[in-house]
Amino acid sequence: MKAANFSIAQLRSAYAAGDLTPAEALKSVAESIDSIDGDIGGYLSYDLDIALKDAAKADLSLPLGGVPIAIKDLINVEGHPCSCASKILDGKYQSPYDATVIRKLREAGAIPFGRTNMDEFAMGSSNENSGIKPCRNPHDLDRIPGGSSGGSAAVVAANTAVASLGTDTGGSIRQPASLCGVVGLKPTYGRVSRFGLVAFASSLDQCGPMTKTVEDAATLLQAISGSCDRDSTCLKEEVPNYSEAIGKDIKGLKIGLPSEYFAEGLDPAVKAKVETAIKQLESLGAEIHEVSLPNTEHAVATYYVIATAEASANLARFDGVRYGHRAEADGLIELYKKSRAEGFGDEVKRRIILGTYVLSSGYYDAYYKRAQKVRTLIRNDFEAAFSQVDVIASPVSPTPAFKIGEKLSDPLSMYLADIYTISANLAGICGISVPCGTVPVDGKELPVGLQLLGKSFGEEDILRAAHAYEVS
Amino acid sequence: MNVRDVANLARIELSDEEASRYQEQMDQILQYVEQLNEIDVEGIEPTAHAAAIFDVVREDVATGNSLSQEAVLSNAPATAHDQIKMPKVVE
Repeated sequence: MKAANFSIAQLRSAYAAGDLTPAEALKSVAESIDSIDGDIGGYLSYDLDIALKDAAKADLSLPLGGVPIAIKDLINVEGHPCSCASKILDGKYQSPYDATVIRKLREAGAIPFGRTNMDEFAMGSSNENSGIKPCRNPHDLDRIPGGSSGGSAAVVAANTAVASLGTDTGGSIRQPASLCGVVGLKPTYGRVSRFGLVAFASSLDQCGPMTKTVEDAATLLQAISGSCDRDSTCLKEEVPNYSEAIGKDIKGLKIGLPSEYFAEGLDPAVKAKVETAIKQLESLGAEIHEVSLPNTEHAVATYYVIATAEASANLARFDGVRYGHRAEADGLIELYKKSRAEGFGDEVKRRIILGTYVLSSGYYDAYYKRAQKVRTLIRNDFEAAFSQVDVIASPVSPTPAFKIGEKLSDPLSMYLADIYTISANLAGICGISVPCGTVPVDGKELPVGLQLLGKSFGEEDILRAAHAYEVS
Repeated sequence: MNVRDVANLARIELSDEEASRYQEQMDQILQYVEQLNEIDVEGIEPTAHAAAIFDVVREDVATGNSLSQEAVLSNAPATAHDQIKMPKVVE
């Protein structure tokens, strides 16, 4: 019995039936990792001994009792490494504390197990920016798993994990979920605490579940949601019962299709899959309406100004002083410059430089402040759309997974592939990617995801719609 | 943008190869970003955060949540006398 093949719900049933213990499950997951993950590279590390100690105390009556959850390598788990897939931290940093999401997972009975691969500091859409090792798509090892939570998606897709946590700043949960064929949910900004997540862009980052089923996503979201006295941006909004939301029918649910998301640039095969999924939602009783998000074309430019500006400030802490890599240097400034030069990879350097530029004196108004104003326009678009509909349906990624190396030397073309996901982060709303079939490419079947966007704190709507579609 | 100057502000040393490669890539990205200047944002308020919350304060009492000195120093690249060791800053 391979535990990593199970969903959370199936694993819990196996525990309840006495077919498996948490310790046996962990050993089985470790075996799956050892036998399969070498080719995929979804994990950076795991520590079975620590996990087995947690398993010995597991309370199976809890909602995630004894369930191992793989953790993206930018989320702090006490006593574990947290490298952010960067040479600046790899082998040089052990978390001295638990992130709030980890504390909450433990309170729900889960066992954090395994550190998943990612783009360095979550900067990337392909996992090719990992400073440690490449991660491959389990459906075609020549292709990218998506990013930045590429490892968290790949391990769930490859059945080397039951479920995982990822983070999403511009699509980093939804896009790899789509390309790997798993479920990925980005919560509303402020739904989940960011305390203990290594920050990329603080006004955009959210942590969320990556799972095999929508039901599992609801279970995991339930566990990690809620206010936090160590993250003032985590809102005191009441947490509903997400598991109760799923299973309800979607008769009369109003679903909007933004015309701008089905325009030029969308792969016809992906478009066909998404349109079939939307027809299916209609046949289940949803009402389909056309909506418009007219500022969509400006989202990528807006995002890459705001996200890099915030990143340049957040990553100033990696300076070789308090933790991480320290270069040999004579003076203080040289120590900073050399430590950062040796520790950061290409994309991180590019984004810090771009972010520093848009915040610098004389350019702040032209770039950063202007981008913040366009961000308001993008939010207004969603506000107007959500006054007409409950949920917005669209593709997640304009194409299926592309080949490793295909876009690496052209950062702008990589950024443009984020077009359908980044607006949700700018607007702060929630979104889910749910698998909607595969398309044949070069003799392989590559997954396609359907994106369902919900209004702020509309997680119940998108879970309900995603679940109705999934089980139909 | 002069990549080398900005990298200096960001405290990142660049090789000549990096500087010329990033310069080309950055020029391309900035050219794309220029489109923001064509949008009418007259009278539009900037959005800094999706959920606007201001001045979150708590009672001014110690929570006991802080890390121990040992935990803080455990990741430091160099320590001496229970402190983080640095190269000489003042001559």
